Amino acid sequence: MQENNSVGIVAPQTAHFNTPLTLKSGAVLQQFDLVYETYGTLNADKSNAVLICHALSGTHHVAGKYSEADKYPGWWDNLVGPNKPLDTNKFFVIGVNNLGGCHGSTGPISTNPATNQPWGSQFPVVTVEDWVKSQALLADYLGIQQLAAVVGGSLGGMQALQWTIAYPERVRHALVIASAPNLTAQNMAFNEVARQAIITDPEFHGGDFYAHGVLPRRGLRIARMLGHITYLSDDAMGAKFGRKLKGDIKYSFDAEFEMESYLRYQGDKFAGEFDANTYLRMTRALDYYDPALDFDGDLSAALKKVTAKFLVVSFTSDWRFSPARSREIVKALLDNERTVSYAEVTAAHGHDAFLMPDKHYHDILRAYLNNVEVGSHHAK
Amino acid sequence: MQNNVNITNSIQIFRQDFAIISGWVKFGSKVLDLGCGDGELLQFLRSSLEVKGYGVEKDDANWLACMKNGSNVIQMDLEDGLSGFEDQSFDTVVLSQTLQAMHKTEEIVQEMLRVGREVIVTFPNFGYWRNRLQITNGRMPVSKILPYQWYDTPNVHLCTINDFDEFCKNHKITILERCVITDTKAVNFMPNLLGNLAMYRLKAK
Repeated sequence: MQENNSVGIVAPQTAHFNTPLTLKSGAVLQQFDLVYETYGTLNADKSNAVLICHALSGTHHVAGKYSEADKYPGWWDNLVGPNKPLDTNKFFVIGVNNLGGCHGSTGPISTNPATNQPWGSQFPVVTVEDWVKSQALLADYLGIQQLAAVVGGSLGGMQALQWTIAYPERVRHALVIASAPNLTAQNMAFNEVARQAIITDPEFHGGDFYAHGVLPRRGLRIARMLGHITYLSDDAMGAKFGRKLKGDIKYSFDAEFEMESYLRYQGDKFAGEFDANTYLRMTRALDYYDPALDFDGDLSAALKKVTAKFLVVSFTSDWRFSPARSREIVKALLDNERTVSYAEVTAAHGHDAFLMPDKHYHDILRAYLNNVEVGSHHAK
Repeated sequence: MQNNVNITNSIQIFRQDFAIISGWVKFGSKVLDLGCGDGELLQFLRSSLEVKGYGVEKDDANWLACMKNGSNVIQMDLEDGLSGFEDQSFDTVVLSQTLQAMHKTEEIVQEMLRVGREVIVTFPNFGYWRNRLQITNGRMPVSKILPYQWYDTPNVHLCTINDFDEFCKNHKITILERCVITDTKAVNFMPNLLGNLAMYRLKAK
């Protein structure tokens, strides 16, 4: 059964790039693939394209299903579709798997053409800047000179922000949701614990576990469990699980509380489908992103050349990417007299709220996107 | 239209308010409207004076209405001050009929004077004779401009024109202009008794 506001059955595509890509680290990818999906139709003057940037564990599969039998649709299906807030009747929406990912774009599990072995530990550390650079190449490939909007939550929001810095003339609107202009020490600390869990797993083998036919499941599992704790608020966990037990107290270390079995389930599921090397790189990209670094920490100076219009959204219970961090972005934009609106959504779900179909949150996105002009009238 | 006299009147009062504010705002200037509601004033100033406007609004429904009107709107609570705005970064900061609902009255006025080169404050004059009459009759005033009952009012710091003049004097605030109106008409004679809505153009001394 297909919902009438779903993009329906979709299929990923692959763009192959033969031109060497120099990364921020100085490493060079001689060639690479980006796997992507699109929804809606690119209009005649190619002015209605919206790029969705994914967060830590996201993919190019933003909306729709691959077959009727699919249990779950894409990760932001509640946002993207006909008559949904990001309306595919109006926009041509692009989802892309970032470089270093593990869902089809070139990454640590891909074959290194120089060795004919999986890249593994040899895959370079990629940054938000690198991703945006490669996404711009994808836009070129699709014949899109200027995006109507770039949308992203969390790490995806950093990419949306970076687009406006790196390619001011190529993006008209940025929707930066539950994000930050850089990570705090505490936020990076969670990433470090997650990476240590993976790196110290005996089956990690320095990142070249593929050759050993094993997976560092335990490390990845713990990393994901930790992540899940930080994506939820204390209240949301309380409401979801509280102190509920699965049965009688057994005086053991089994998963006796429902919260424990939830974390274990999420950890196991993730460890079975996500690449540990990708996880390391995604968290590192988060850590490194800091556009103000080259401007003595002055974010306003870093955003001087930005011309895009902004919608910045945060969630009250999000303590990993707190509203205060979003307000820093807003202030820097105001300092530059840029066009910006900011919504602080009252939500109980913590960082995860950006993926939830909260009515007011979606009304905000819908109202903003309704005002985004496409077609022959967009040029100002 | 005849059967909507009250609504028409209240719109006229509001529009008069706007007309005076637009006379105090320069063409193409940068305006911050605090407690901007659905963004009607910003929209008016944008279309009539091509201002670069930003609104500040706490309420979700108002925020959304403002966004739909095409205004830039920042969601925050004015009681927390204006820390997201640099000193003297706006030509004009407006607080339209919101002063009386502020808890931290002195703080917000100081913050407005810090952020704006000029400040416009408007508020219902509690000294208006109809209010006085209702109090004389032993009841809290309820009117078009003060539509709340005593138990459900957001208005915690109502004042008279004389009170506000005194406030400005004590806080070293220069009154550049003052305009008092009642039902769209300017009131020059005994404004604290005969004026319904007080409007001030201020700057720091």
